[in-house]
Amino acid sequence: MKVTILQFPGTNCEYDTQYAFEKLGAKTEILWHKSQSVPSDTDLLVVAGGFSYGDYLRSGAIAKFSPVMKAVAKYANSGGKVLGICNGFQVLTEAGLLPGALKRNESLHFISKHHHLKVIDNDNIFLEELSNGDVVNIPIAHHDGNYYIDQDGLKELYENNQVLLKYCDEDGDIKNPNGSIDAIAGICNRERNVFGLMPHPERAMEKILGSDDGLKMLQGFLKA
Amino acid sequence: MMKVIVNVFLKAGVLDSQGKAVHHALESLHFNNVSDVRIGKQIVLNLDESDETKAMADVTKMCEELLANTVIEDYNIELVK
Repeated sequence: MKVTILQFPGTNCEYDTQYAFEKLGAKTEILWHKSQSVPSDTDLLVVAGGFSYGDYLRSGAIAKFSPVMKAVAKYANSGGKVLGICNGFQVLTEAGLLPGALKRNESLHFISKHHHLKVIDNDNIFLEELSNGDVVNIPIAHHDGNYYIDQDGLKELYENNQVLLKYCDEDGDIKNPNGSIDAIAGICNRERNVFGLMPHPERAMEKILGSDDGLKMLQGFLKA
Repeated sequence: MMKVIVNVFLKAGVLDSQGKAVHHALESLHFNNVSDVRIGKQIVLNLDESDETKAMADVTKMCEELLANTVIEDYNIELVK
């Protein structure tokens, strides 16, 4: 199992992501954004979190034109598995690989804390190790995490079981930290090979640091 | 040489939290005649171009590809001579 992790200028979660996947037993490689191709032995491509290009203009807006993104689109469109975490999710929506967009948090504040998430749909390689209705405790750290999609798009997401995770409280009741439509925290594309979420499972790998629920979330990829 | 001003705003119907917060602040300053506040961004371009039609077409393309995210934002373009 080989995980390739994208690095743009301003990415800052690539080493946490590397630590997380190596802890799960994967081989990893960090790929600089100037690369024109995705390594051929890649089983999973992760667009890591951070502030690519300083979030200038909009989060992810400049990163989508990085040389590597053409290769990422090709990789995704040929069925390769792609996971975007936080800024990575923003990059994937800007690049059109995932539907919708991420707006400024409704409170206008940067939010950094642990938050519970509810598994809405586990019929995909990302969440198949979890059950629908399971609650996990995962850190969030974002300013632009307010997921938006128009009503037609939202209907389509539900019809195709693309809504994967929602924000909730510890009992699993919906609780919305950032104004996301229907409290959506994570989605996938229609083909179920491109995933995006604002929370950081790679920061929840050790009980001593608050939670190791990220292990359960990421290990689905290792089995695939 | 032509100066072009691009204004980008969240679409009507997409909640503008900043506009709402500023609206509340204005009300708390007793400016009670403000019915709505929208906050956007202004991008000023200097183009080496004399053909207005070409400039408009180019800047429209820039907006669609980069300057605005048309999932959530609208834009307008003003050519300044």
